[in-house]
Amino acid sequence: MVQNTKQSDVANSVIVAVKAAVDAFGAKREEMIPILNEINKKLGYIPPEALDEVSMLLKAPKSQLYSVASFYRMLSTKPRGRHVIQFCESAPCHVVGGKEVWEELQKQVHLKSGETSPDGKWTLLTTSCLGVCGVGPVMTVDEDIYGNIAPGELQSILARYE
Amino acid sequence: MKAYRSMVLVSSDPLSMERGARQVFEKIQQDLESFGISDEISLTMVGDVGRHDALPLVIIYPEAAIYGPIKTEDVHHLVEEHLYKGRIASELLASSRELSGRIAWLNSRKGTLPAENRIVLQRAGLIDPNNIEEYIIHDGYEALGKVISGMKPTEVIDEIIKSGLRGRGGAGFPTGLKWKFVAQAKGNQKFVVCNADESEPGTFKDRLILEGDPFSILEAMTIAGFAVGASEGYIYIRGEYALARQRLEAAIVAAKEMGFLGKNIFNSDFSFEIHLHSGAGAYICGEETALLESIEGNRGEPRARPPYPTTNGLWNKPTLINNVETLANIPAIIREGSAWFKSIGTPSSPGTKVYTILGNVNVTGLVEVPMGITLREVVAIYGKGMKDGANFKLAQTGGSSGSIIPASLQDTPMDFDSFNKAGVALGSGALLICNEETCVVDLAKVLMNFFRVESCGKCAPCRIGNQRAYEILDQISEGIGSLSDLDDLELISDNLFQLSNCGLGQTSGTPIRDILKYFRAEVEAHIRLKVCPSGVCSMSGHKVHA
Repeated sequence: MVQNTKQSDVANSVIVAVKAAVDAFGAKREEMIPILNEINKKLGYIPPEALDEVSMLLKAPKSQLYSVASFYRMLSTKPRGRHVIQFCESAPCHVVGGKEVWEELQKQVHLKSGETSPDGKWTLLTTSCLGVCGVGPVMTVDEDIYGNIAPGELQSILARYE
Repeated sequence: MKAYRSMVLVSSDPLSMERGARQVFEKIQQDLESFGISDEISLTMVGDVGRHDALPLVIIYPEAAIYGPIKTEDVHHLVEEHLYKGRIASELLASSRELSGRIAWLNSRKGTLPAENRIVLQRAGLIDPNNIEEYIIHDGYEALGKVISGMKPTEVIDEIIKSGLRGRGGAGFPTGLKWKFVAQAKGNQKFVVCNADESEPGTFKDRLILEGDPFSILEAMTIAGFAVGASEGYIYIRGEYALARQRLEAAIVAAKEMGFLGKNIFNSDFSFEIHLHSGAGAYICGEETALLESIEGNRGEPRARPPYPTTNGLWNKPTLINNVETLANIPAIIREGSAWFKSIGTPSSPGTKVYTILGNVNVTGLVEVPMGITLREVVAIYGKGMKDGANFKLAQTGGSSGSIIPASLQDTPMDFDSFNKAGVALGSGALLICNEETCVVDLAKVLMNFFRVESCGKCAPCRIGNQRAYEILDQISEGIGSLSDLDDLELISDNLFQLSNCGLGQTSGTPIRDILKYFRAEVEAHIRLKVCPSGVCSMSGHKVHA
């Protein structure tokens, strides 16, 4: 019984998030990306149930929604950790010492690119250029941007997150 | 509008924020109140001021005194001396050696640095980007007024054609011609689209324009709408640019309230609306037809061209697509005239170009200089030389698909035609400067990794070619490459160029081609001698799975 309540809570929160996003942008096909983006922000990723719900409200086939959701880097169809670390792997960050920072970062969180820690705290991703190249190497943790990172600074940066 | 005795700007780029710019801002606010002068002083957080040396910076006008780095404990003294007593707090001034770019230019009237020439970044860092009144005081909306009150659409287009402005997104297509094509295209409904999906690695010029001077883009799009006969515009902004989006949202609201946007602009018959559309993270959406697909709510896969967007664009209607930097030139050209614009830069590439200087130089950041300056000048003057006295090895211009320029080409003037002649692409204006510790195989591997990740996957040459090129380079970097791999790399580069559907695939082989052209011996050393001359590649001798 407890299990069922939990499941329906999750389903409810998905429906609420989808409805809020569709209301905010309007049930129009061309708003599909902003809608999925909003759901992703609210829930941390886009669960299959959310795609079902959007498909119904927008009268768009689920295959099409999935094709869009899986295309863009900021949208995820898989659950992510509480905090998402994105490390820039483009050339401007690479030539100013990005490689050493990246190796140290993987050690610190015990993850490789694309992995989520078992306790659900971190997801580690590499990303293409974030447009803050003047201060490379650059990484983001959730919405926070860190620039000019040296390998020795990683520990104190990561310690800011619960 | 309320008049202020002084204007105080606090830098708020990510590094400044990390170093406590918010706390400095709040402390200034408190101290202004405690001295009872908060009514006389306007205090603003500005975006990125261009360079990243003595952050956070506090800039006080009208003296244009630049203080930095400022900590909260410095604030009381600064406010008391400069704003209360009216004396420059000289011990807090940023050392002029640590300043460059626009900020240094403020000081350069004393003749210490060559002046930049700012057109598109004219106001960035000087005005409060959230305040439309400040924009208006600094020549804002003068051009739109001139256009609507006294010019015909064809006259506007002629003026842009005469100015010789070429698109700043990378390809350098004549802007006025594009406007003319859209104006002449058949159809009642047309669109103006601003391409703000700036994703080219090493490029952040558009972000600084949007964050520092959002109204200039709205004004330019409105002028473009008037000229080509469009009543709706879209700004497609990359999803990661949250601050730029906020600024644009606020600017659209303010422009509407003032009657510069919306129905009957300047009480004329002309109406124009602008919509904002955020991307969701995809390099390919900077390609104009992929961008249109993305606005329509699809995967960002480029269309086949022709037909071009000028006739078959957004929802198959005639559409004008211009880059942010291109648009930012428009109001100045209308205001000052095409003859003025042509007098700057080189005859075939008039105007200025915004460059982002990156890599192993002493000062990284952004400059706006006349077209035609050489790479050597940029490195020496604006980059303040190579870091740690190292030697210049190569530069990559224009982002990941840009050309690799060896030391022998660093005196080529950077304008569209000189670069074309030298077989080099100017691209987006990113200048990645590398010293001798950079290994060309390692660099090429990083670049091909970018393309294999960012290829949209629609056409096979790009989807497979970039992946295969990455794998080959990876093997070479592990010391298990063979000489025939180099033939394969050349073949892949050719195939990418000739067979790919869009600009991404066509240009993605450029770095491989250039590296084999200029640095073949170094690549061969990895294969023949199993040595990485720069000591970067691991040369482990076993295959590492890609």
